[in-house]
Amino acid sequence: MLQLLGSRGDLVLLRDSVEWEGRSLLKALIREVALKGEQVQVLGCEVSEEAFREGLDSDTNRRLVYHDVFRDPQGWAGNGGPLGALRACLKGADPGQCTLAVDSLSWLLLHVPCSALCQALRALGRGSAHPGQVRVLGLLHEDIHGPGPLGALGSLAQLQVTVGGALGCTTARVIHPKPRHRPIEQTHWFSILPNLSLQFHREPPLEAQLQRRPPSPTMDAMADLTFNVHLSKKEREARDTLALPFHFSSEKQQSLLHPALASSTSQIFYEPDADDYLDQEDPDNDLDI
Amino acid sequence: MFPELNNLMNVSPEKPEQGTFTLLCDAKTDGSFLVHHFLSFYLKANCKVCFVALLQSFSHYNIVGQKLGVNLITARDRGQLVFLEGLKSTVEVLFGSEEQPDTLKFIRESGSDLKSLYELVQKALTPSGDGDAASWKFPVLLVDDLSVLLSVGVQAVAILDFIQSCRVTVCCQLKGNVVALVHDSDKTEDEENVVLMKALGHQSSLILRAEGLVTGFCKDVHGQLKILWRGLQWPKVEQTRSLLYQYKIQDKSVTFFAKGLSPAVL
Repeated sequence: MLQLLGSRGDLVLLRDSVEWEGRSLLKALIREVALKGEQVQVLGCEVSEEAFREGLDSDTNRRLVYHDVFRDPQGWAGNGGPLGALRACLKGADPGQCTLAVDSLSWLLLHVPCSALCQALRALGRGSAHPGQVRVLGLLHEDIHGPGPLGALGSLAQLQVTVGGALGCTTARVIHPKPRHRPIEQTHWFSILPNLSLQFHREPPLEAQLQRRPPSPTMDAMADLTFNVHLSKKEREARDTLALPFHFSSEKQQSLLHPALASSTSQIFYEPDADDYLDQEDPDNDLDI
Repeated sequence: MFPELNNLMNVSPEKPEQGTFTLLCDAKTDGSFLVHHFLSFYLKANCKVCFVALLQSFSHYNIVGQKLGVNLITARDRGQLVFLEGLKSTVEVLFGSEEQPDTLKFIRESGSDLKSLYELVQKALTPSGDGDAASWKFPVLLVDDLSVLLSVGVQAVAILDFIQSCRVTVCCQLKGNVVALVHDSDKTEDEENVVLMKALGHQSSLILRAEGLVTGFCKDVHGQLKILWRGLQWPKVEQTRSLLYQYKIQDKSVTFFAKGLSPAVL
């Protein structure tokens, strides 16, 4: 958990996609921060305050300050635009360490140039807008943007968490770039419980996925067929009593051991023709009669 | 509406969900049957519908609607349906006089936003206070389709802002629904369309994606439908996240079946 939150002064990027949404992970991380007693400033651009607070407990909601850009995006036009809204989040914040959650960086990227956003984020981290260090948790929809903006934001971030899924579970791929070293990459398997707490799992084996998947509701394949696939009761009984041809049952064994008992077996009657040549001799001398 | 599709999505006109944004996409096939489904569904559910129809004429939707059991003329006359006929309004914007209402003025002016279109939607769906609010269940905005706006030169960000403003008004304030169709072009050079589709996908709680078969045209299987539920809807956490079915469009209905189990090939 601490690894996902990063340390003070860090920019943590939460990258998600349409298939695997990351807002619930963002809310789970906000809950973790709030449980420590810290206030969390949230810049909300994509969902309403009501929808964002849904699922969070009352303690977390009390420590959460929601700056609503979603309801009136044009309202910030005179106050420095969306970046002005970003800077304004920290104005009323408690002095000291602070966490700012941005939902989402993609919305800001669509409305302001990438370079301006990067400069604003860097200025936040340097503490010029707020005394004390600011930890920024930014939600980024990676499938909307090209490699340029993603790379620019990635280079600013101290931690990148990509939400994905495999084998029916949600994964968080954490990349921790280290200066002058190879970045450390780790994959965590997790699920988010209804109270927005995070539960980490070990990597599930392949068989677990086959058992875990609930039976998907399928159409009845037996409906509307042009041929009959069902058996009647009589047919079922006849099928059950049928002896398989190559099954070595005890009756077959008896008939082979005692051929005389099988009086119903057929006999062959041979009447030699006049043209038949019955050789009484034995040229090979191997008949033992 | 198609009863089989209602069963797949687990909804009914008697108990429709509220406050949602549903995204309809189609790729390599025509997904307009989904638009007709939702139009007849919400009219039968007794909702007030504002239909921004940019692709086809009113009579087209009416003819299909009658096959599905709704009469658009009656719905329009009694105030249940507010219909913006894009094709007719475009002609008025381009060739009409200056006094005409300029809902679609963004066609003429480049770089303009969709504020006038939003104001039309807001006026159509906000209860006017003369008693008609009580008669309809909740308001619904239906758009067919957003890719047309891209084609006439509106920026993707302007369309996203328009949908966001509509969501604020219709979904959050009026507790209604928004349904919009976007075409997914298979040409990857159309970056604006990809941005629009993905960004709308992130805003939606339900995505219905109609795709043509990978193997090509088939007489008995017209395509496949992917249904994806997004976001954790409390307390329905156990709901299946996504479903995949194939379908065949008939004259008055659409039949759905599991992949590979079309009655024609069994």
